[in-house]
Amino acid sequence: MSDQEKGGMSRRDLMAKIGMLLNGAAVVILATPVVGYLLAPIVRGDGGRYRKWINLGELDEFPEGQTRLAKYKNPISNPWDGETDDIPCWVRRLQGESFQVFAINCAHLGCPVRWFPQSSLFMCPCHGGVYYQDGSRASGPPPRGLFEYKYKVEGGRLMIEAGQLPTLSTNASLRARSNGCQG
Amino acid sequence: MSRLAKIGQWFDARLQLSGEVRETMEHPVPRTSASWFYVFGSAALTVFLLQIFTGIMLALIYVPSAGEAWNSLQYLNHGVTLGWFLRGVHGWGSNFMVAIVLIHMVQVAMFGAYKFPRELTWILGVFLLLMTLGMAFTGQVLRFDQDAYWGLGIGAAICGRVPFIGAWVVHLLLGGPIIAGDTLSRFFAIHVFVIPGLLIGFVSLHLLLVLKLGINDWPMPGRLVRRSTYVQEYHELTKKDGVPFVPEAVWKDMFFSAFIIVCVMACAAYFGPYGPNGQPDPTIVQTVPKPDFFFQWLYALLAYLPPAMETPALLIGPVVIIGFLICLPFFAGEGEKSWKRRPIAVVTILLSAVALGTLTHLAGYTPWSPIMNAWSGDPVPVQYLNGRSPLERQGAAVFQGKQCRNCHSIGGSGGLRGPDLDSVAVRMTHDQLVRQVLQGGGNMPAYGKNLNPAEVAALVSFLDTLHPANQVPARDAAQEAVAHDK
Repeated sequence: MSDQEKGGMSRRDLMAKIGMLLNGAAVVILATPVVGYLLAPIVRGDGGRYRKWINLGELDEFPEGQTRLAKYKNPISNPWDGETDDIPCWVRRLQGESFQVFAINCAHLGCPVRWFPQSSLFMCPCHGGVYYQDGSRASGPPPRGLFEYKYKVEGGRLMIEAGQLPTLSTNASLRARSNGCQG
Repeated sequence: MSRLAKIGQWFDARLQLSGEVRETMEHPVPRTSASWFYVFGSAALTVFLLQIFTGIMLALIYVPSAGEAWNSLQYLNHGVTLGWFLRGVHGWGSNFMVAIVLIHMVQVAMFGAYKFPRELTWILGVFLLLMTLGMAFTGQVLRFDQDAYWGLGIGAAICGRVPFIGAWVVHLLLGGPIIAGDTLSRFFAIHVFVIPGLLIGFVSLHLLLVLKLGINDWPMPGRLVRRSTYVQEYHELTKKDGVPFVPEAVWKDMFFSAFIIVCVMACAAYFGPYGPNGQPDPTIVQTVPKPDFFFQWLYALLAYLPPAMETPALLIGPVVIIGFLICLPFFAGEGEKSWKRRPIAVVTILLSAVALGTLTHLAGYTPWSPIMNAWSGDPVPVQYLNGRSPLERQGAAVFQGKQCRNCHSIGGSGGLRGPDLDSVAVRMTHDQLVRQVLQGGGNMPAYGKNLNPAEVAALVSFLDTLHPANQVPARDAAQEAVAHDK
């Protein structure tokens, strides 16, 4: 009667099982850095590290009472990003140092909204979302108003905190503006 | 013995495959299954092989870098001999592949082929459909143009609707905080390595199951599938009325596959390659992004769903549909196979087809979108200006200048987002028009802050003239009575 039939385990079976265990351990050890590598886009952005203060330009470039398209370079970028590095946004200067800086992305599904100064409306070409000049939702499918960047004026320059594609769960800026102009 | 046969024997003495190959070729299929209805699976495989081949050809030139992809596509189109044609074949091949996979699926569903014992074949097929759609979407991203850029934006916006972990999902999809170099690189890896690898594995299993379980017999009304007897009945059928797969059935597969390849090449030669459209420069905001044909139904659906239903529909809808397809062979694994006695199946397929077709048709002219340049481009019809007072004409100028035309058509041109205004004066009184312009409502923005009183007066006096010559404008009877009393 062999060991196995007695309910025991032969030496070869034991070695085969240890072999499997060793391979399993190797897979786990290999998987750890692989998972870390794959999750890097999440980990890298922890604590708002994806967002930085960016210079949008001199105050004079934005006349009072007007809304203008401004561009900035992505703060986190690589040389091979090409044209995707340039990000547009809509800058509305109410008066003095009071601004509203809107993300280009429609709050519905992220398409680029266009400003129509004649009717003071933002319109989205994709599904017909429309916003008033203060970014609040006017009509169409968007669930909220336009996303806004946090801004500050420093040394005669308009700075915004940016770097992340705004969606319903990723903010344009780290904290929403407190003075309540959010849509 | 010829030299060729000797070489063949030399290989077979080592590989020892000729037995299996002959057995596979000569395996009996039911005579009725050697039909023109059974050619779509092999055609899908043929187009898949064509996609692999042309994909490798394109990869010889294509640069998977956000900074260079668009330029390398231009080079493929204009700088490489017949590069445009290979791009065309790959692009049209993807259209054909999605179409044939869908037709194959409908045929299989109509013929009850997913029933016992072919449940697993069907489930693998559901995953093959999802992978095919995944290839179509990721392929559209690799054509790194404006539509690809904003398509990624839409993908990110959908991921951003996932509760709790939305931000993580967005960052994983994009490979970082925003659409950039890492985004294209990861879509390249998914399109070129991950999904094709899975596809090859799943297609192999799918085919293996067809060989092991036999091709579905032609459904006969009244011949019910029972788990206890089906396998035996099938073997009796193929024994009694079977024909060898080669050549009795395979010639139809080969004819159809060749026909499809010729069609793909004809489309590529006649229509040319897809794009690339404008550069993937997000600062060019004068763009109207649109997905490729097979995702346009979704594009239309997202315009029509009520806002409150969008997130549930986007996140739960796919789970329900995929879950239903996977579970189908388990709750309908026995019984009637013939479409003639399965009205619910037929109606479900027809309704799905009509719904998808209607949504795709609507996406062709996007009535929900404002026409961004209608206000500056479309003329006001002459008959709406002839013999009008200066105030009314000034109103027409306000109508154009304030972009009303982007959403409202007059004289058959303009946006379709709002109602056409050719007979608006019949529907609404003067006061109602003023209120509608100032306060908006019914999905129209309020213009109260953007128009001064003189502009409102001019605009509404113009709108008051918009009624057919033989129809009187709407009037407020109560107000007239009051005026009369005075």
